[in-house]
Formats: sequence, C-alpha cells, structure tokens
Amino acid sequence: MFAHLLALTIKEFLALFKDKRSRMVIIVPPLIQLLVFGYAASFDLNAVHYAVYDRDHGHASRELLARFQGSPTFVLAGQISRQDEIAALIDDRDVLLVLQVGPDFTADLTAGRTGQLQVLIDGRNSNSAQIALNDVNQIVSRFNADWIAAHGLQGAPVNLVSRAWYNPNLESRWFFVTGLVGLLTMVVTMMVTSLSVAREREQGTFDQLLVTPLHPAEILIGKAMPGLLIGVFEASLVALLAVYWFGVPFQGELWVLYLGILFFVLAAVGVGLMISSLALTLQQALLGAFLFLVPAVVLSGFATPIDNMTPAVQLLTLVDPLRYYLIILRGVFLEGAGFDRLYHQLWPLALIAAATLGTAGWLFRNRLGSH
Amino acid sequence: MSASPLSARGLCKTFRADGRAITALSDLTLTLTPGVVTGLIGPDGAGKTTFMRLAAGLLVPDAGSATVLGLDVARDPLAVQSSIGYMPQRFGLYEDLSVNENLDLYADLQGVPCAARPARYDELMAMTGLAPFRDRLAGRLSGGMKQKLGLACTLVNPPRLLLLDEPTVGVDPVSRRELWAIVYRLVSEQAMSVLLSTAYLDEAERCAEVILLHQGQVVAHGPPGQFSAPLTGRTFRVTGAPTRRRRLQATLARQPGVLDAVLQGESVRVVMAPGQRPDCTALSQTLGEPVRGDAVPPRFEDGFVTLLQGERREIPIPQVRVTPSFRGDAILVRDLSRRFGQFLAVQRVSFAVRPGEVFGLLGANGAGKTTTFRMLCGLLPPSSGEVRVAGVDLRHAAARARGRIGYMSQRFSLYANLSARQNLSFFARAYGLTGARAAARLDWALDAFDLQDLAGMESGALPLGYQQRLAMAAALMHEPDILFLDEPTSGVDPLARREFWTRINALAEGGVTVLVTTHFMEEAEYCDRLAIMAAGEILAIGTPSEIKAQAPRPDGEPESEMTMETAFIALIQARDQPE
Amino acid sequence: MKTMQPNRRLLGLLRKESLQILRDPSSIAIAFVLPAVLLLLFGYGVSLDSKGVPVGFVVMQPGAEAASFVGAFQHSTYFAPRVYRTRQAGREALRAREVTGLVVLSADFAQRLKADREAPIQVLVNGVDANSARLLEGYVQGVWAVWLQRELTARQIAIATPVAVQARIWFNPELRSRNYLVPGLLVVNMTLVGALLTAMVFAREWERGTLEALLVTPVTVNEILIGKILPYFVLGMGGMVLSVAMAVFQFGVPLRGSLWVLAVCATLFLLAALGMGLLISIVTRNQFVAGMIAILAAFLPAFLLSGFLFDIGSMPAVVGVITHIVAARYFVTIVQTLFLAGDVWAVILPNAAALALMATFFLGLSRRLLRKRIE
Repeated sequence: MFAHLLALTIKEFLALFKDKRSRMVIIVPPLIQLLVFGYAASFDLNAVHYAVYDRDHGHASRELLARFQGSPTFVLAGQISRQDEIAALIDDRDVLLVLQVGPDFTADLTAGRTGQLQVLIDGRNSNSAQIALNDVNQIVSRFNADWIAAHGLQGAPVNLVSRAWYNPNLESRWFFVTGLVGLLTMVVTMMVTSLSVAREREQGTFDQLLVTPLHPAEILIGKAMPGLLIGVFEASLVALLAVYWFGVPFQGELWVLYLGILFFVLAAVGVGLMISSLALTLQQALLGAFLFLVPAVVLSGFATPIDNMTPAVQLLTLVDPLRYYLIILRGVFLEGAGFDRLYHQLWPLALIAAATLGTAGWLFRNRLGSH
Repeated sequence: MSASPLSARGLCKTFRADGRAITALSDLTLTLTPGVVTGLIGPDGAGKTTFMRLAAGLLVPDAGSATVLGLDVARDPLAVQSSIGYMPQRFGLYEDLSVNENLDLYADLQGVPCAARPARYDELMAMTGLAPFRDRLAGRLSGGMKQKLGLACTLVNPPRLLLLDEPTVGVDPVSRRELWAIVYRLVSEQAMSVLLSTAYLDEAERCAEVILLHQGQVVAHGPPGQFSAPLTGRTFRVTGAPTRRRRLQATLARQPGVLDAVLQGESVRVVMAPGQRPDCTALSQTLGEPVRGDAVPPRFEDGFVTLLQGERREIPIPQVRVTPSFRGDAILVRDLSRRFGQFLAVQRVSFAVRPGEVFGLLGANGAGKTTTFRMLCGLLPPSSGEVRVAGVDLRHAAARARGRIGYMSQRFSLYANLSARQNLSFFARAYGLTGARAAARLDWALDAFDLQDLAGMESGALPLGYQQRLAMAAALMHEPDILFLDEPTSGVDPLARREFWTRINALAEGGVTVLVTTHFMEEAEYCDRLAIMAAGEILAIGTPSEIKAQAPRPDGEPESEMTMETAFIALIQARDQPE
Repeated sequence: MKTMQPNRRLLGLLRKESLQILRDPSSIAIAFVLPAVLLLLFGYGVSLDSKGVPVGFVVMQPGAEAASFVGAFQHSTYFAPRVYRTRQAGREALRAREVTGLVVLSADFAQRLKADREAPIQVLVNGVDANSARLLEGYVQGVWAVWLQRELTARQIAIATPVAVQARIWFNPELRSRNYLVPGLLVVNMTLVGALLTAMVFAREWERGTLEALLVTPVTVNEILIGKILPYFVLGMGGMVLSVAMAVFQFGVPLRGSLWVLAVCATLFLLAALGMGLLISIVTRNQFVAGMIAILAAFLPAFLLSGFLFDIGSMPAVVGVITHIVAARYFVTIVQTLFLAGDVWAVILPNAAALALMATFFLGLSRRLLRKRIE
C-alpha cells in the first residue's frame, strides 16, 4: 500500500515537473500575480489629483489649501479661475475633485463664522470618491482643531479618539496580500488536481494505470498528493514573500496557520478532483476549474466584504472554502488569533474538505466504468 | 500523354527540434506517372508525410522545387491548392458538424457551385456508402466511416491530383477495400492521378507504381513487380511440425542464409540469400518431425523487406518462462454483453483462450471488438455475463486479476514526459515489485527490448518503434500470465511490425497467453486461433485455416489461394447479405 | 481582382463556425453562463457599499445621553448597533469578529458632556480590512458630529466650526458601487469571449488537425481570420447587449452617453480582445497553454489592472506603466464615463484611439504570423 502510494506520488511529480508547460503554470503565474497584484490590488488612494478654485486668496484659504498640498495623498493639478472650467476638468478625468473656496472665506473665519469649503467630486468610481472624501474631511478637521486652538475658540467638547486594531495605519495592502496568499493557494491547487485525471485521459495513460492492480482509492490518493504538497508549498512560499517582501506582520502561531492551510488545501484538492473525475477533456477541466474559481473568489470576501452582501448571497458564501481560509489567514497574520478564536473557521473547512474528498472518491469510482 | 502531375527536383527539408536537426528529405527527385495510383512506402521517418505536405504547399522546401500540374508549389500555393485534393493522415473532420455540413463546408471552400452540389453529394455518398448517415455528426461515425467522409470532403471538387497520406490506418479490411474501390473508380473514370502513402504492403502491391522512400531519398521507383522480381527462386514455404510452428519459425530465422521468416497459417514463409535453400534436414533433426520446403512465387512484401533490411540485425529476444498461476483456461468468456443506453455493443459473446495461446480478436470498426477487449482487461464493467481472466472472476477479484495481466494499447500510453527508465520503474512498483527484484526486472526490460541506449530520454520524444517496444516492456515488467494487445502495430511500418511479432512469438513460446486485436490480416495468420466479430457477435472462431474453410468461397478460387483478408471480407459480406 | 459575388468560402467558414458555437456547451458556458453569474453576483450580492455593519457600543452607565447617542446610529441603515455593558465584553466581541468596530463611551460620558470637558469617546475598528475600517471611521465620525451639533444646539451652546465641508458628488450622488461595478463587468465579460474563448477554439483546430485540411483548400489567410473573428464578434456583442440590458433595466444603472458611441467603442475593444485571442492561439497552437495564457494575460488584468476594481493612479509607477498595455483599461474608462457621465469626448476619443491602435496591432500581428503553412 505504502509502496504503491510512494510510486504514484513520485510518478505524479515527475509527470508534473518534467513538462515545461505544467512547470510554467505552477511556478510563474503565482509569482507574477503576487508581485503585480500585490502592488496593484489596493483601495488606498495615494495620488488624488485635484484642482483649486480659490475665490478668496486670503491667508486662511492659503493655510487650508497648503495642508492639501502638503498631504502625500493629494496631487495638485492646477488652479482655475472660472466656475465653468470645473465641469471640463472633472468630466475629462483630469482631476478627481475640485476644492472651491468661497470669496468670503478668510473674512468668515476671522469673524468666527463658519467658512465653506465646497468639494466637487467625480462619483464614477464611487469607492474612490468616498475614500477621497474621507481624506478631505480628515484634513479639514485637523485644520479646524488647530484653528480653534490657535485662536482660543470654543471647540467641540468631546473628541473622538479613533484607533485601528491589528493594522494601525490602515494599510490596505496588508489586507490584499494576505488575501492573495489564499487566492494563489487555491488557484494552484485547483489547477494541479483538476487537470490531472483529464490529462491522463487525453494522453491515454489512464487506461494503462487502471489495468494495474492499484486500487482506485490508491490512484485517487496518488492524484491528490501533488495538489496537497504543492498547495502547502505554494502557501508557504507566498506567505514568506508576504512577510519578507511586503512587510506584512505575522502575529499568530505557525501551527494554527498550517492547520488552516492543510484543511483548505484538502478542500481545494477535493473540488479539483471532483472536476477532474467529471471532465472528459482537458478543455472541460480547465473551464470547469475556471467556472468554480471565479465565483469562489468573488464570494470569498477577497475584495468586497461579506457583510455587504445581500443575505441570500451571504448564505451562499458559507460553502465557499476560501471564505474561511481568508479569515484564518488574516486572523493569524494580522490579528494574532489563536486556535480558540479560529476554531469556528477551521471546522467548517474540515467539513467541506471531507465532503468534497468523499464526493470526489465516489465520482471517481462510479465514473471509471463509464468510459 | 500529358505532363507529370507531380515532379520534385532536389527537394531538401530539415526540421529543428530541441536544437537537433532532423533531415526529413535530402535531395529527393521523382516524377509521377499521370493517370495511375502511385504508392508511397517506406519505414517510419522516411519522409513520406513531409513530401506530401511539400507537394500540397503546406511546407516550403529548404532547397529544390516541387511542380504540381505544371505550377511551382512554393511560388503559387493557392493555385496548386485549388486543383489538388489532399487528405492528411488525421483528416480534421469537424466532429461537431454533421456529414452534410462537413461536405457543405468543403464544397464552399473548394468553390463548388450550388447547382452542382446535390448530384455530386449523391454520387459521393453512394460511393462511400454514407448516404444513410448524412445527418449524423461526424464525431459519431466509426473510424472507417470517418476516413471515407474525409475522402469525400477531399473529392467534393474533383481534383486532378489526389494526395492521400496513410488513408487506411486503423481502418478495417472491409472499409479499406471500399476506400480502394473509390480510388480506382476515380482513376479509371476521371483520369485522376493519385499518390498514396501506406503501411500496408498489400495495398502498395495493388498500385500501378510504387516509390520506396528511405531516409529522405528514393530507394526504388517502379511497378510493384519490379520489387519482387529479383527474388524469384529465393522464396519458400516450409511446412512441418504444425503444433510447434513458432519453434520452427524461430529456428529458421536463425539459420544462415535466411533473410526473412514469417508465420503463414501452419507453415513458415522464408526469403533466402541468393543461391541458398532452407536446410530442411537440419530442421527435421532439431524438431524431430519431417519438415519440407517448397518454392513459392515471391511477393511484394519480400522485396520490400530485403531492400530495406540490408544485412540482418540481431534482435534481442526476451527470454521468458511463465508457469501459469491458474488452472484451466487463461480467459473464459460466457454470455458477455454490454449495452450503452439503447445500443447493444456486445451481445452474448462466449469463447475461451487456452494458456500459451496467441488469440486474435478481429472485426470491422464498430463491431464490438474494442468493447469486448476493454471488458476483458477490466476497464469496462460488463452489463451481463461472466469473464474469468487467469482463473479469477473479474467482478469479484479485479485487482488480483489485473496483477496477472499486461496491457498495451493502440496509442502510446505511457507517460510521455517521463524517461523510459522512469516509466518502467513506475510500472514495476505499480505492480508491487520492489528492491532488488524491481531492479532486476528493469535491467531485463532494457536489455530484452534493446532500450539501454535511450533509457534516459523522454519517452514522448522516442521514435515510434522504440515507443512501441517500451510500451511492451512496461506491460511485461511483472511477468504477467496474459498479455492484452490492442492494435499494437497500428501505424507502425512493416519492419518494426516484424520485429514486434518476433518478440510476441518468443513470449508465446515461453508460455505467455496473448490476446491481440489487429486490422492487419497477415498478423491474423500469426495467431493460433482467432475470433471474427461483427455487430457485437462472434461470426467465426478457430485457427486461421479453419476460418478460411468457414468462409464462403468466391467462384473458382481454390482454398489454398485464399488469404485471411478475402476470408474476412467474405465472412462479413455473407453476414450482411444473407441469401 | 475583386469579385462582386458573395465570397462562398468565407460564407462556408462562417456557417461552420456558427454551428460549432451552437453545439459546443463550453462556448455557451463561457459566453453566457459565466457572464450571467458574474452580473448577478455583482449586481445583487457583491458591493463595496457597507450596509448593516455590526458596530458595538460599550455603554457602562446607561442614561438619556448615551441612549440618544446610540439611537442616532440605529436610525442609519449603515449600522447594526449592539450594546455591551462592559469594556471587556465589547473588546471580546471585536476580537471574535462579531462586530467590526467598537464605540466605547467612557463611564462618565454624560457628566463630561455636560461639563463641556474633553470626554473621549474611543472608537476601535478592526483594521484588517483597511478600506472598510477607514470608511467605518468616517461614518462614525459623521454621525457623531451631527449628533453633537444637535445636542449642543438643544442646550444652546455655540461652538466654532471654522470650516465646513460641503461635498457635491457628481454622476453618482448616492455613491452606489453597483453603478460602476456592473458596467465594468461588461469589460470582463467581453474579455472572456474575445480572448479566452477565441484562443481556445482556434488552438483546438491546430490540435485536432482540422486546420491542416483547411489550409490545403484554396481558402486565403484573410478568409480564415475573418471566418473566426466574425462569429465570435457577434457572440461578444451579444454578451455586451445582455450586460448592458441587465445593467440598465435590471440594476437601474443610468446610461447617460449615447448607445452608438458605446457600440463603436465596444467594437474596437472586442476587436482588440479577439486579436489577442487569435495571436495567443497562433503562437501556442495548444488549447491548454492558450487557455492559461489567455487567463493570465487577458482575464486577470481585465479584473485587476483595468481600473475596474482598483484605482490605477494609486498603483506603483511600474505597475501603472504595465496597465497601459491592458486594453481593458481603456475600455473601463470609456464605459464608466459613458454610463455615468455621458459623451465626454475628451475621455472617449483618446481611449478609443488607444483601443483602435491595440486592435490594429493584435489583428495585424495575427495576420502576419498566420501562414498557410504548418511549420
């Protein structure tokens, strides 16, 4: 039994890595994706182009606007002098927003009245608009606090003190890079396992394998091994890059992480083998994997929070193994969560793994005879 | 008459693969005779396909030129392509289009006017016998029907030159004969010139002229008779020891002066070096039975083999001695049936194969041969009936039965990107061999199949003949009692086929039971017994001679002259048109 | 030498390709099923707009002020407040991800408020999802400011607000993320048909040997190319019509630009995508590799590097440069503008020009590389 499995596993690895194409599929895309998307995937804005329409030119307006110029987030695209220039700037996407300072701004402020800062913002990408607006609000409230202090005015009595746990500077890259660890583990594991049986079917080697005294369960385990080992390896590699290249903190315990990786990879292997047993050709396997991967990623909370989804869709996410894995990854990396707090993510994952592997085994046995 | 439809002058073509240069054609010069069928033969890698592609304008020569119907191919490929028909080895039918839709496509591409189509289609469909299937998807046709449809598509606009690249590979004798009938009709009625490459030497023999290619050059060109003529007086039929014919053949093959020795029914056919005769006295002594040799007229095949073989190469013969692990029949099939949905692919088939027998399973494409074969290997569960292999019921102890059989499929079915050695060692372990025993078997396999030199090479990159040997070695790693061979020589050239059967004979001598399917009727002669299947049933079963005796004889043909092929076709036709 | 007759060869190829599309379930899956699934997911399920965010409130000393403050949150659809009695319980809930943020009212919240002393309200957010966390902070701050203003006005206390921000959001005043995600999906869907499907289907012809039989007929390279492009173009445009119709009628996304501009730009983009798909298959001649490359070079960039989800301006310079060779980038810009802003020529023309350039490049290169040879 053990000798059989060893022989099968060695064979699978040789077959996988001696082929230039499969080697490429396993090694190159994950690294490119991590590097490109690790940098690309971020909701943080660091280059908000804006224009200024200052109708006041007083010292207060200069002081306020200087704060925008000094901010690393905002990039001044130019000053305008007429109202009707604004539309063209925003329409043409030259700027995301225009700051308009009214003519009596400095006068109002010095008199203790409230000055108006009008922000005209391009809402085509509503997420960017909202984030930029938040940034504007922050600069303005800091300006307000300083102005009140400097002029001895009566300010608001209670200040909100805000603190972000786990990610004090609210770097969205930490969020996406840990997400990518999950995404890439899944893509690679699925690709390795879902194509493996179909490839053998297409090359005609599958029959040769079936006429040996190997038990179907042994063949199935042999097919699962490369996916399992490569998945765990890939997860470790990407996790290392996340920590040492992207500087994502690692707060939790390693064994909890690996427990999560193990369960998740098993679940992904199960789904991959299910697709593999169903697909008759390589093309079907590839498309099948694709049809599973895309919704699984969309529903996982990788980019869009699960809390924002409609209740029906939220229910759907419960069967998505990536959902649990992402929480585990982010929990271990950023929150330093231990087993006790991730227990509720681990057992559903183990359950999904058991279900998919069981189904794959059943499909495998029952479809052997049909072709 | 008219000018040559195809002539080549000094054609050279070299391919580059993995940094190595492979010369496919070197300075090839030939001129085709118009209005006849010319056969193009030669071992694998002789350059047959490359030449056809060059003539069709799909490749550009490195040097030299090809002229088709007076046009330079390299200069004006489009003009050439609109007046020739070319059927590649794997004719790419669109499998998700129906027969009619495939015809429409090629009629459009070839510019056949709409008005002319119905008549042309009817003619082609009648010719190919596809008329009842015009709405069927091409993917659902049998192998022989696909080839005929491919030919019909090529002919939809009657070409002046027809290039056919191995049109009959994997096609059963009946369909092959039909294909040939079509080709002959075209030649006689429309004065079409045909160039046809083939691995079947009996087909080449039917051509008006034959071109023998070897290593990218023309070795011989002329009527088929020219190939066998020099061998007159050098070919003999050696008869004797009917139960030990393999032994007789092996002994003969080792005699000095013997160039070629093949089984034919109960006798052995030999080709001798000039001025020599087979030494029947020595044979009688060795076998302890009277053996006699009679002179027979030479055949085309003899000429081909002697021309290419040059000096004979010593083939390492695998030494095997198997003591069966079971009692009784090696394979026992009783009332075996298999249905796919409504379709009954195999119905109530029964037969038995004795230990140490070479048993052939023959049949037309779609006769249920492959389905039966797959059920015997345990690849397909039967719908009903009993199968015992090596004394074990496949339904109850499939794994144990599988441990006793070896399997070799039609296509190369080992891991293409593993080396020969890695493949062998994987299969050794898959069959439970470990340690010193596995190592010993590995050495045995590499030696016995002459694979030592290329053991480290990726098996997908090996030449076809090597791949076939490797596949056989892998099937024998665990010293099986029974060997299953599914069209093992399909697409393999005649020389490699001979080598292959030399090994099979040695295995059979060593006690291995062999079950083989084939479309080569001369290979059927090598079998001890065979079964011919049609429409899911067994039509005839027995020794080659018994089968020939069962076949209805065409008028005036003596039994001794009957070949396996005529017997096969007669049997099938008698079934299709009962009087 | 132009003939006035319809080109029979081309018609034959077109008919063949259309029949194959209709009979191949995987074409249908890629052209219609996956786009529909994506549209439904993005249209109904996935959104970046927070709604019903669980926020915890630690109220150690219940009182009128605290109740009124928490009540202000309850009125907003944005929050789903939960109240905890102790700091401990609140922090535990935050740690267990039961709430994504926690507002801690100090024990003497009411007294401090009345005494006009600094009475810190502490806001803790789970910063793992930085984007959501930041938006949450902003929202809490906003509700707090409004509530405080009202509270102080009620007690006739005037406080100075030197600068008030008056935001006017153009094109999408409610900031519905669906309004930009759904039109953006158009781009992803058309990439699926244009690049992925076309690459695999054409590579299949090499693999199955159908192309060899085709090449030896008098058909020209142009006819082969057009015979491939046209059916998938129709399929891709069909997908576009489906996406636009669903966006406008099902999800209520406004379409402020003109349809014909959208059609012209979609044509250019689809031609670029088709050209890319053809090029991939001509170079690889292998379905599996073609599929992988198409996913890697067309599908993923359309998702991640096109500005569909992530702001291109904020990407590092190197990645920003890479986005310039992603055709989807130009089309995403056009689509978002056409849907939400209108026919803004200054945006449309340069982006359309870039698309035209890419289409010409990919189709031209495919034309050059596709020979009637099989070497």
